This record gives sequence, structure tokens and C-alpha cells, in this order.
Amino acid sequence: MRIQSSEALDQAREKTLSRIKSDDVRILICAGTGCLAGGSAAIYERLCDLTRNDAGVNVEFGAEIAHRPEDHKQVGIKKSGCHGFCEMGPLVRIEPYNILYIKVKEEDCEEIYEKTILKGEPIERLLYESNGVKYQAQEDIPFYAKQTRLVLKNCGHIDAEHIDESIAFGGYQALKKALFEMTPEDVVNEILESNLRGRGGGGFQTGYKWKQVARQAEKTRYVVCNGDEGDPGAFMDRSVMEGDPHKMIEGMIIAGYAVGAQEGYIYVRAEYPLAISRLKLAIAQAEEAGLLGEHIMGSDYSFSLHINRGAGAFVCGEGSALTASIEGERGMPRTKPPRTVEQGLFGKPTVLNNVETYANVPMIITKGAAWYHTIGTEKSPGTKAFAVTGSINNTGLIEVPMGTMLQEIVYDIGGGIKNGKKFKAVQIGGPSGGCLMETHLDLPLDFDSLKKMGAMIGSGGLVIMDEDTCMVEVARFFMNFTQNESCGKCVPCREGTKRMLEILEDIVAGRGTMEQLDILKELGEAITDTALCGLGKSAALPVLSTLRLFRDEYEEHVLQKKCRTGTCQALRTYQIDPEKCKGCSKCARNCPVGAISGEIKSPFHIDTAKCIKCGACEGSCPFQAISAS
Amino acid sequence: MDYMTIDSLTVPIEGEKNILSVIRKAGIDLPTFCYHSELSIYGACRMCVVEDDKGRIFASCSEQPRPGMVIQTNTKKIQQYRKLIIELLLSTHCRDCTVCTKNGMCDLQSLAYRVGVHAVRFLNNRKEKPLDMSSPSIVRDPNKCILCGDCVRTCSEIQGVGALDFAFRGSKMEVTPAFGKTLAETDCVGCGQCRSVCPTAAISIRTNVTEVWDAIADPKVRVVAQIAPAVRVAVGDRFGLPKGENSMGKLVSALRVMGFDAVYDTNFGADLTVMEESKELAERLEKNEKLPLFTSCCPAWVKYCETKHPEFKENVSSCRSPQGMFSAVVKEYFKAKDQEEDKTTYVVSIMPCTAKKAEILRPDNHTNGVQDTDIVLTTVEMIRMIRQVGIKFEELDGEAPDMPFGMASGGAAIFGVTGGVTEAVLRHLSEKHVHSALSEIQYSGIRGTENFKEATVMLGDREVKIAVIHGLANAGRLLDRIKAGEVYYDFVEVMACRRGCILGGGQPLPMGPRTRAGRTEGIYRVDKQSQIRFTDDNPVLSQVYEEIICGKEHELLHRAN
Amino acid sequence: MLEQSYYDKTDEIIQSHGTEARYLIPIMQDIQNEYRYLPPELLIYVAKKLNITEAKAYSVATFYENFSFEKKGKYIIKVCDGTACHVRKSLPLLERLYQELGLSANQHTTDDMQFTVETVSCLGACGLAPVLTVNDKVHPSMTPDKVSELLEKLRGEDA
Repeated sequence: MRIQSSEALDQAREKTLSRIKSDDVRILICAGTGCLAGGSAAIYERLCDLTRNDAGVNVEFGAEIAHRPEDHKQVGIKKSGCHGFCEMGPLVRIEPYNILYIKVKEEDCEEIYEKTILKGEPIERLLYESNGVKYQAQEDIPFYAKQTRLVLKNCGHIDAEHIDESIAFGGYQALKKALFEMTPEDVVNEILESNLRGRGGGGFQTGYKWKQVARQAEKTRYVVCNGDEGDPGAFMDRSVMEGDPHKMIEGMIIAGYAVGAQEGYIYVRAEYPLAISRLKLAIAQAEEAGLLGEHIMGSDYSFSLHINRGAGAFVCGEGSALTASIEGERGMPRTKPPRTVEQGLFGKPTVLNNVETYANVPMIITKGAAWYHTIGTEKSPGTKAFAVTGSINNTGLIEVPMGTMLQEIVYDIGGGIKNGKKFKAVQIGGPSGGCLMETHLDLPLDFDSLKKMGAMIGSGGLVIMDEDTCMVEVARFFMNFTQNESCGKCVPCREGTKRMLEILEDIVAGRGTMEQLDILKELGEAITDTALCGLGKSAALPVLSTLRLFRDEYEEHVLQKKCRTGTCQALRTYQIDPEKCKGCSKCARNCPVGAISGEIKSPFHIDTAKCIKCGACEGSCPFQAISAS
Repeated sequence: MDYMTIDSLTVPIEGEKNILSVIRKAGIDLPTFCYHSELSIYGACRMCVVEDDKGRIFASCSEQPRPGMVIQTNTKKIQQYRKLIIELLLSTHCRDCTVCTKNGMCDLQSLAYRVGVHAVRFLNNRKEKPLDMSSPSIVRDPNKCILCGDCVRTCSEIQGVGALDFAFRGSKMEVTPAFGKTLAETDCVGCGQCRSVCPTAAISIRTNVTEVWDAIADPKVRVVAQIAPAVRVAVGDRFGLPKGENSMGKLVSALRVMGFDAVYDTNFGADLTVMEESKELAERLEKNEKLPLFTSCCPAWVKYCETKHPEFKENVSSCRSPQGMFSAVVKEYFKAKDQEEDKTTYVVSIMPCTAKKAEILRPDNHTNGVQDTDIVLTTVEMIRMIRQVGIKFEELDGEAPDMPFGMASGGAAIFGVTGGVTEAVLRHLSEKHVHSALSEIQYSGIRGTENFKEATVMLGDREVKIAVIHGLANAGRLLDRIKAGEVYYDFVEVMACRRGCILGGGQPLPMGPRTRAGRTEGIYRVDKQSQIRFTDDNPVLSQVYEEIICGKEHELLHRAN
Repeated sequence: MLEQSYYDKTDEIIQSHGTEARYLIPIMQDIQNEYRYLPPELLIYVAKKLNITEAKAYSVATFYENFSFEKKGKYIIKVCDGTACHVRKSLPLLERLYQELGLSANQHTTDDMQFTVETVSCLGACGLAPVLTVNDKVHPSMTPDKVSELLEKLRGEDA
């Protein structure tokens, strides 16, 4: 089916919508990376088998069923994208009953089929429960209730592998409007007015970028999508690419139309194989449907899309490194000017935005900039997706209006700290971001408020840390990451991060000095001010912010050789509880330095001077008599 | 005119591409490791960071000057950063400065002193890496590399060779040939331009000074020297003589003091080359075959053509280089005498060039299987020898080189600059040996620093199309166009090094704009002051052809097949 | 020397992309997909075909973590050390793998070419932390003991 006019798009939409409506039951099995790993593919197969084998059921897997006997139930089974509630996966959603089952196992399928699919009855034990309340409907679950899912609206609600479902749910309507009712300038102006800010890090105005590209003298221009979501603890873009790929593709085509580009590139990190295959499928289907390629929807506009896979380099998330990588070069950032909008990919004017930014575009075009300003804050309109991970009850992907307070995310949506622990800090924006602490819980999360705190929204990873997390160790972890991922081009980042890491390693190993704390700060500030690229400039932020907010912890490590959380192994003191010790000598035999001695059948003891704190004894004790403090 | 403010100075903006150039024009020597005006902007060393009036800190090499800009180059913050960057570089760098070949000439060393790094607070945990001694021309010492990438960019952007590149990333990054191969296993042409831009001793000249001292000390060895055209205008650099001053006379005196038995002028070899190459050109034009004829004086170019464009191998002149012709003739000259006195003649060639060290090893440059030139010393090594002896070079009186190979034409002298070979050949081929012919040739378009020069001259009734190229990347581009049939030439001169041998890989540093201009002018001055301007007016030449070469042109003056 | 079939396959891969320098990375990726490593001979071959220098091709290949010039094991195990996995103890998984397979940070592949163990930055499966992948299949909520079980199972598949 090729869509060759704006009317044809609406016809296609109606057709699929009526088909979906004709389903008596519609089952959406989450097939995001998380749930797939939890076994959702087997659940899909099992439910398919169960329904397929029943004479009273017609199953539809995306295809249309021409005839069905009156008494047959029609069931549609779909693999959807990520629902976001990854902690509770695998997730199965059943419409029209609006039931969300959590932690579904293959063994549950039979019961789901018998009770819910055939009779519409909920299965209590598969429902989400919190504080003694069972939630049947997805939107009532506190995790979802407090969210505003716009970008992620379709994720989990449509079959991500079939374009007709996307079209049915409003996909390509914005493109239609842009192509047939707006000039390219109109589109640029609409995005400018919306004040959509780049969701990939800096929060730069998207419309301004587009405007700059549109006015370049050079006519060959490119639209590039940054899907190299490398921040550890961030998976917003992956979920969009997997769950609703057409939304960002539509955004890219609109961008192409606005700036006069004929070609676009999507750069996806290699660690996202599912996202790559879903995108490939989506592009092929869009081309077949006439929504991508020559004369889109019968208009004069043509645009084609290519996918480039990353090859394992975090720095390629930086714009000029990303374009270098597409060009077949080492992914090393280059000096600017010239900026990407002037000379980007292949030296041509280039619009470069990330996945989430493009996914915001269609709704702005459809509903207008004024509507967009009703969400979020004045200077940061719209929503932001966050990946919430770490010591939190509801790990997952959320979307909230810009300006939402941190505590709403941590407590209302995130369900609070795991195991009833105390909140300590949140690392925002990944390895290039900074830390926020308890006093920041009432901080509205938007670009400018965070910048004031020396943190950044980054791509939107939120790693929640509880009282048991050692902030020095966290800083070391991030520095280890950036040090490993430094491209090596500029001296401050290449040599400076290495030295910062060495110092942090010294501190967690109990070898740190107060002078080193000063050097740490000195290095951090120098790197921030002098590094070549944005990643380098932000590489030291996690250290600088923890050093500022948790200096007492650093000093404890240095002066008292103490880690209050017991995380830093080298600072632990191992003891044998004489009450529990049976004198078996197993620990003494396992100690690599001969620090444990004693007589058989009476309590042993550890010579702390000799002990290298390797923990071998703790693991070897059959009576759990050895512990660290 | 537009102006900007630099450290309270008002400085005009006169088309500079970056703020760094404006700052330097204002008389502030802002340090850099990775900035070279002839290379692409890399922006890695961050030494040139400056602060603007809004407190923004950025690298001045990659920022465009804008009218009204207010820049500070030495705020307290910037001073600290610069110092820290040097300290960081030193922290992983070999610090055996006193025994380093670059001692006293190293940018890292001098900047460390300048910005006041008195201690390095970080442990040097660099792993010792082996030296690459495989190339006869240069030595690579990865332990001294600061990863500025100057060599990488020079090798690919200027020379189109790409023997070296970065490998790995982050703190594991290094500069290396592919798969850790040695330079000898790559397409390296030995031009040494990487060494010219290297701020440290990570790439240095492969030195042969010891061998020469050994030869001088051996009474059974007759040590004769030949001095290339471009050496005389560069050797004085290190002794405080004006840039480009002709120090040939002083150098001859110095060599005699050191104990050389005879000191000759390679320019004589260049005259031989003019004779032979002109003959070859005339022959090829007549037969209309193997055109264009490419010059063969530059060994880096010859190797480049053989490895990167073997399809043009036959087009390269069969002539040996001036150095090669000279040594063969000198050895022939001393043949009988050596037997008589039971001595061996040992030819030391003093060259501006590192590739010459490789040229002498090529079997096609040997006569009857015997290596003609025994050792090549670069200008830099020569300076080192003068220093070792303690000669006050600048105070020496000039002496004339020995005869018969001490006389040469001005046409031979200009072999040291781009376009020189062509000019000398054209002089030789021009029918009337008069002053007006000289200036006609001079202004035909073959002089100057453009990447690519061309001229059309009439030889008899034939219009001969000539191209002059310097920089191998430029040569590569021209070869592609010739191959594609886009252009046609009869004669093409190629020098691997930009501006010719005066900026060869064996010349003393630094080689900034002043040096470049000084040496070029110096070379043309040597020509202008020569009594003989046309090669065939050199009276010794016919004598040598008659008495020494005696019809053995093919054996002594051309490359063996 | 590699067998001719390797070069034929490489020709096929090059043909499917094109001979412009910008296809170097996808071509290397396809070769590595085919052979589970990037044979140096083929990289040199590709460089020639794409008209780029060997040093350049090597430079690009060594920049990206995904390329390996050494043969990898039949099972490539990647332990995620992203933030979420790190916080939920991914290092003990790695230690157990090293211990069971006799590997270390310097030796990634077992001598019998069965297992390769690597760490990988965030796989984006943070909700299931800590995770590891075996030939790209994600294994959620791992513990050191589950690692041992997994190895046993993989070894069994082989026998």
C-alpha cells in the first residue's frame, strides 16, 4: 500500500483503526530490551500458541483477517515497545480491559488465556501492588499516574514493528500538515516559537539550529539523529527507537523538509541491536508506504534515511565526533568553529539532534507551539524523559513535564528508596552531569535550574543513591568511565582524567592525602575550562560536584581512612566474632598474607596490621563469623 | 580597519584566520605544540587558550578574530592552566633531558622552563616502549611523543604518505604505523618532515656522526666531503649568523679543521645533473615517449612515485641525483690514486635531507655493486660536529672548496629551492646564453611558493609544458590529474619538501616564515653572485666528462636498471 | 595467510557498501560479524580497496572498542558495567567469570576458544541490573552463582 496523497494517509489510518477496534481482545506484550531479557518472547509465543489452537478464536498478528465466524472472538497479539516499568517486567497489557500484568512468566500464560482473554477476568496475583492496594489499570499505578507521557505515549501501546499501527495512532499526521499546509519557513518558525530545547545535553534551541542550517548558502544539507545514547544509566532514546521508531523518523523528515535536506543519518550505538533492527524495519516500511523516499505522500519533497551503527566509543555522542564516525574516521571531536550547522557531516550544513528531540517535533507541528508552552516551564517547555535507576523501588523509564521536582520523581513515581533506606544523592546527566543531594529534592528539573547547581540534565539518566553509597567511590566510578572513554585528543582530558582517576583510586584505597584533594580540584577546574569538546569539559563535573557537596566524606577517607558506607574495601576492618567462630581454621588457610592465626577449636583472630582487606576470609567462613566494619 | 584588543594592546585584524595569529602579530609569543600554519587546525594541545572579557576560555588557534573582541592571554587562571598542561605532559614524558638529542631545542623543555614548572606532582608510570631504528633516515622514540599529531598531519596532509597515524584512544593513544610495524615496513619516504614539526625528540634524525669520526681517525681512509646547495644557507642558523647567509666558505674551513681530506661542492654534481637530464628530456621529446619526464633529484619523491604511483615509474628520469653522480665521479677520480696510496676514498655527503640517507643504500645508485656515497650527514649533524670540535664557526674565515669539484654554476646552486632544477635545465636548453634569457626564464612562472606552478617554453619549434610541484600530496594530486587525462605536461619537477631542500628534513629548526624567506633569498643570491650562471659555461665540466667519465655516463651518472 | 574464501567474502561485503572511505566502519563491522574478529590481513585488504592508508585503517579500527584483531571465543560474554549494574554489584560477576574460566583483564579469551569475557558500558537494561549478555542475548539479574550455572549450561550445549 503506497500513500500518495494526504487523503490516502487518513484512509490508511481509518482502516487500521477500524481493524484494531474490531479486535475483541488486544494483547500487548512488552518486547523492549528489558522485558525480552526477562523472557517476554517466550510469553508471546506461548500466548500465540494458546490462542491459535483454539477453534473459537481468530488471531491476528498485524495482518488483517478477512472473514470470521460471528461467534469467534478476535484476538490481536502484538509485540510492543518498552512500557517503561522495567523493574516489573515482563509486562503484558490487555485491552479493552485495561489490565497491566507484571512479572509475567511463561507458566502464567494458560491462566491469562483462560481467564482474561476469554472471559475478561483479571488475575489478582499478576497485578501491581503497592501499600496493600492492587492496581488493575495501568494509568492508576502511581508510577504512571504522575507522569505526562507525550513522547512515550505510544511506547507500549502499539506494535512497534508495523507502520500501520503507528499511522492508526496519529503517526505521520504532523508530516502531512507540514508538507501540505506549511512552508519550510513555517515549520522552522513553529519549532522556534515552541522553544524546543535539545534533549541530548546542552539544551540548545532546536529551532535556532534549524534556522541556521536553512539559511546556509550551501544547498546540500543533512539531518542527523544522535542515537548514540552512551551515558551509563540512560535508555530513554533506546526506548523510543524500539517502541515508537516512526515518531522520531517523522520528526527527522519534518526537520529535513524545514531545512531543505534530502538525506538523513541515524547513528545508533552498537549496544542497541534491537533498536537498530526496529529502525531498519521502520525505515523499510515507511519507504514502502511512500512516507520516506521519493515524493513523500505524493508531494514534491523527497528524503531518504540511512542507519550507521556505532562501534563502541562513548565520545561519538559528541556532535563532531559522531559526524566524523559516519565519515569513516576516528570519532575525535574537532575544534569549532566551523560549527555543525555550517560545516557538519561531509563538510555540509547539518542539523544534529538526538532521538528524543526529534520525537518531540511531530506533536509540536500537530498541536502548535502555543500548546507546547502549556507543558513544562517557561524557559524549558515540554516534557523530559528520564531513566530512573539505582537504589529506587521503581526502576524504569518515565516522562514528566520539565520543572517537575526531584522529590516527585524519587518518591511519587519512583516509589522511594529501595529497602527503606535513606535518600542520599542523585547523579543526574550521567558521567558528564553532577550530583544533587537531599537539599535539592525540591529543585525543579529543567535546563536552567540544574545548570545553576553545577549539574546538567544531560540525556536524562537519574541514578538514585542511598545512604549506603560511597560518594567517593561513585566519583571514582564515573571518572573511570570518562577516562576510559576519553578520545585522547586534547591534553587536559587525556592526561588530566587519568591523573584524577589515580588520585581517586588512591583515596578509596586509603592512600589519599589532603594535598591530593586540592590537586583533584585544580585538575577538575582546568579540564572543565580547557578541554576541547563538551564531553571533556564536563568530564570532571561528577568529581567537582561531589567534592563540593560531600567534602566531609572525602576527608574521612583521607584523614581517618574511613568509608562510612563500608563500600571501600581497602578501608574496611575485618573482625572475627569469637561467639560465632568455631576455630575451624578455614579462614587462616584462605588468607593470602597469613594475617589470621589461632588454635583449632578456639576463636581465631585477624592481625589488622598484616591484613590486606581482600575479603577472602569473609567469603570462606562457613559460620559467617567474619565481618567488615 | 577592524581592531581587537589583546592584553590592552589595540591590534588591527588584517585577514588573519585565527586569533592566535593576531596575538603573535601583536608581539606575544603564545606557545603552541599542535599549531602549524601549513597544517589543518587540530586544537589538541590547549596551550593557546585565552580568556575573553566575559570570562570565556577558549583555544585561540581555532577561533576567528572579530572586531571589538577583548582578549587576555595571561590571566592568572590561564597561566595556571598552561602550567598544569605542561606538568601533565611531563608527567608521562621521558625526562632524561640532558642526554636527549633535542636538549636545548625541545619545545616541551623550553616551555616547561618558560611557564615555570619546577616539579611534577604525578608519578611517571609510563611504560618504556622500544625505539624504531628501522629507517635509515629517522628515529622514532614513542617515549617522547606528546601526541600533538603534527607528524601525522604532515605525513598525510603535506606529503600524502600517511605512514604514521594515531592508534588506540584515550591514555592508550599512540602514534604508530599500522599494526605496530616499523617505519621500514611502511611507505615512509624518509623525507623527515615529521621530524621538522615534532616539538620533542619523538622523531629525530638518524645520526651517523660516529661513523664519520671513525673514518676521519683512520689514516687509511681518504675522507672527502660534498656539500649540498641548501646546506650553506642554513648551517649558520645555529651560530647566530643572519638567516640565509651563505656560509659555504666557513663550512669548508670547518671541515678542513675537523680533518676532512678534501671538501667539494655538490653543486658540481648538480651541473652534471643538468647536463644529463637535459639530454634525457631532449631525447624523450624527440621520441615523444615516457612523457612527462619527472625529475629524480629528490629521493623521497622517487620512492613516493615507486610505491604510491608505480604506473609512473618509467617516467622518472634515469639520472642519479646530484649527490649520486658526484660520489660516483669522485670515486672514479680517486680510483688510481687509492690503489697507489693503499687508501680507500670515503665520501661524506652533507645534505639538508634525511631521505638522502636512504638513497645511498639503493642498489640502483651503486656503481658496479659498490656504494658510492658512504655516509650522509644532515646539516643538523654537521652543526653537532662543529660544536663537538668547539669551532667558533661564526668567526671562521671562508675558504674555497677543493678543485676540480669545487666549481659550479649558479644554476646548480638553485637546486636547493623549488623550481631550481627546472630553471637550471631551461637555462641550459635555451639557445642564447645572455642575461635577457636568464630573466625570461626567471619570470616564466617557475619561481615562488605556490603549491603548483606551470610554465610553457619554446624549445626549438616545440612548445614544452612544464609543471613544478613541491609537497608530495600536491604531486599525488597532479599525478591523478595526469592519469585522468585532465592535464598534460612534458616535464615535471617534484621536490618532496615544501619550498624545496632549504626546508629539508635535515635542516636546523625552527623553520618559520623568517627562515623560509631568508633561505630562499640566500639561495638566489648565491646564483646571482656566481660568475657562471649557465651550467655548460662551467669549464671544469667538459674536462671531467673527457678525463674522468670517459663515455661511462650510463655507469656513473644514471641509475642502474 | 588467510584462505581465498576470506577475501571473496570481503569483496562481497565491500561491494554491498561501496568503495568510498566512509564505508570503512560498516565494512569492518560486517567482517567482524562474519568471523567474530577482524583479521588484520583483511583490514589491510580493505584499506587498499578503499584507497586509504593502512595506518589510517588501523587508526580507525583501534579507536573503536568493538573491533578485535584477535579471534574471539564461541561464546562472547559481555558484563555490563554501567552505573546501574555497577551499583547493583556487577564486578563480582566478572570476578567469578575470570575465576571459572582462568581469564583476567589481560586475557579475554580461553585457550580452547570457547569463551571470551569482556566488559561493556551500559547496555541500557538497567531495570534488570546487573546483566550480562552471551552472544547478545541478555541475561537479567545475575549473581555470581547464576554465572557458574550459566557457564555449566553453555559447556553442556557444546558437549
